[in-house]
Amino acid sequence: MNKKLVSTLLCGAMVLASATPAFAGVADGQKIALVGKSAGNAFFEIAASSFKETVEAEGGTVEVVYPEAATADAQIKVLDNLISQDFDAICISANDVNALQAKLEEAMDAGIKVSSFDSAPNKDSRQVFVNQAGTVAVAQALMDAVLDIAGGEGQWAILSATSQAANQNAWIDAMKKIMEEDEKYSKLELVEVAYGDDEPQKSTDQTAALLEKYPDLKVICAPTTVGIAAAAKYLQDNESACKLTGLGLPSEMLEYTGADDEHSCPYFYLWDMQGLGKLSAYATSALISDEITGALDETFTAGDLGEYTITEADDGGTEIVLGLPLQFNSDNIEEMAKLY
Amino acid sequence: MEKKSFVKKITGSREALLAIILIILFAAITVVSPSFLTPKSLMDMLKNNAVTMVMALGMLCVMLIGGIDISIMSTLALSGMSIGMLLKYEHISNTFLAFVIAMAIGTACGFLVGMVISRADVPPIIATMGFMYVFRAMGYLVSNGGEWAGAAALGSFKNFATTKVLGINAVIWVIIVCYVIFFFFMKWTRTGRKIYAVGSNPSAAEVSGINVKNIKLMVYMIMGFLAGLGGALQVSIYASAMPDMQQGGEMDVIAACVIGGVSMSGGRGTVIGALLGSLVLATIAKALPLVGFDALWQNTIKGIMILVVVVVNVILQRVADRNALKGREM
Repeated sequence: MNKKLVSTLLCGAMVLASATPAFAGVADGQKIALVGKSAGNAFFEIAASSFKETVEAEGGTVEVVYPEAATADAQIKVLDNLISQDFDAICISANDVNALQAKLEEAMDAGIKVSSFDSAPNKDSRQVFVNQAGTVAVAQALMDAVLDIAGGEGQWAILSATSQAANQNAWIDAMKKIMEEDEKYSKLELVEVAYGDDEPQKSTDQTAALLEKYPDLKVICAPTTVGIAAAAKYLQDNESACKLTGLGLPSEMLEYTGADDEHSCPYFYLWDMQGLGKLSAYATSALISDEITGALDETFTAGDLGEYTITEADDGGTEIVLGLPLQFNSDNIEEMAKLY
Repeated sequence: MEKKSFVKKITGSREALLAIILIILFAAITVVSPSFLTPKSLMDMLKNNAVTMVMALGMLCVMLIGGIDISIMSTLALSGMSIGMLLKYEHISNTFLAFVIAMAIGTACGFLVGMVISRADVPPIIATMGFMYVFRAMGYLVSNGGEWAGAAALGSFKNFATTKVLGINAVIWVIIVCYVIFFFFMKWTRTGRKIYAVGSNPSAAEVSGINVKNIKLMVYMIMGFLAGLGGALQVSIYASAMPDMQQGGEMDVIAACVIGGVSMSGGRGTVIGALLGSLVLATIAKALPLVGFDALWQNTIKGIMILVVVVVNVILQRVADRNALKGREM
């Protein structure tokens, strides 16, 4: 009996909630809160401003909110505040996988749609996650870059951030797996994974040590923005024959990127933060308009980005994968450096 | 007879002991990795540790008066970030001017720190902890909330760190000049000696007519000045200004001084000690990846090596002191 009552009430709430935006849709547009990890991350802000532009172009409004500190506790305070206001949706970059579950469930119970991008809360805390690029896609792009730059064979090394960084290790493991599984990488030899702790000084020491230990080293792959910039500087200053690729910021890498011998980095990758913001905006908007619910295999159109399908995420929830990471080379880096 | 006095001289001086430790370190690393002892590798090492080395001089002064400053890397970030943004948005382009601005900002930061410590009598660790947060946050504000100034944005400023004068990198010249100036300043100028006086006995210094408050203020301003210089060097060496640069690096600077025999309670320490201490630290940082320890072990080994060097140094010093005392009794 009780259960029935609760579910009826819930259903009622959901109908009401979904009706509200449709009701107010034309006049006020959709009202979305975008919750970041913490203030002061230029990288996140690219995605946030692209998110905002996209929603505003469709007639909605976005409020970008940052917690006081980069902790789950601080985000819970922010969420508390947001739930009491009349937002249609919350899109969050989570500071913790599990800690936000109760609050986000409360939000969903209150009829607020919850999407996530950049960093996902667990599968029960969200309706859908927008993933910048799958781990395997990043690893595949990097592996192919290493193979290409090394000319098909030779020694290469990885310069990572810290040895405990989860995303770094996921990419590195995926790269190792790709290398083992495909015959075409068999002539590549991964000699070392070095850790520069995302400090320029330590990354420089590590790069120098790699070159001294392995004089025949052909490629260093640095899937971290600080590491790749420090290594690029060291290799270029020393006119080393060893080349570089990885994940980096175009504005940091502008000076080092080029196909000729004068530059230390022929090309590198990074996800498309603008595209991520845009896709997240369309996905969140589609949730509000009930075009999607976040269930597997649903499809929707994300403006000029085209059609996207909801797929299963690694954590068992659902996600929308933006696509392959963007390649930055001598052709596009000048233009992209203005953005990132 | 002559040989004995030589041995005595060696064991009698803390700096000489440290020099021996450094030579042993050099030898050990060279055995494992022969490429370590090449001019290029050593130059690389000096350049990559220039910031710590230069700032160790300021920390020496601060620690001599019994103080400590943990805000220095925030000062470095604020001053470095400021010139990074000025260069990026093309408000300035002159390398010399950029250095002057960074040093001015650093000195101003040091002035604030010094005022709070010397006039309001706030314990240095508390005062500088406060400023550590303040200046770091200001660094982020200056950077428009996390922007970087990359190599391309820094124009010709970054060339400073790749310029060679008489075959030696300009950054290394900065280190040399700083150490020479401080060597003379601390040893032979009246102000330098006043710092020692305040450190070994503040009340005696006060009675003898030294303005202790002003000396304290000056010492933190010197530290700030060098932190500003460090900021400019950091941006130039790594061709990039980031608001989070050198976070936690103050511990390296303090460690360099402690290794160099600078006393935490004031009054004791020399420029040569600071030099040797920061060289030991630089050598360890350079050697660990060369020798090829596992990443998780590198920091552990760094910590252990610092402790070992300090403990060995303290024990040898105690033996030397006892010997000296013995001589006096006879």
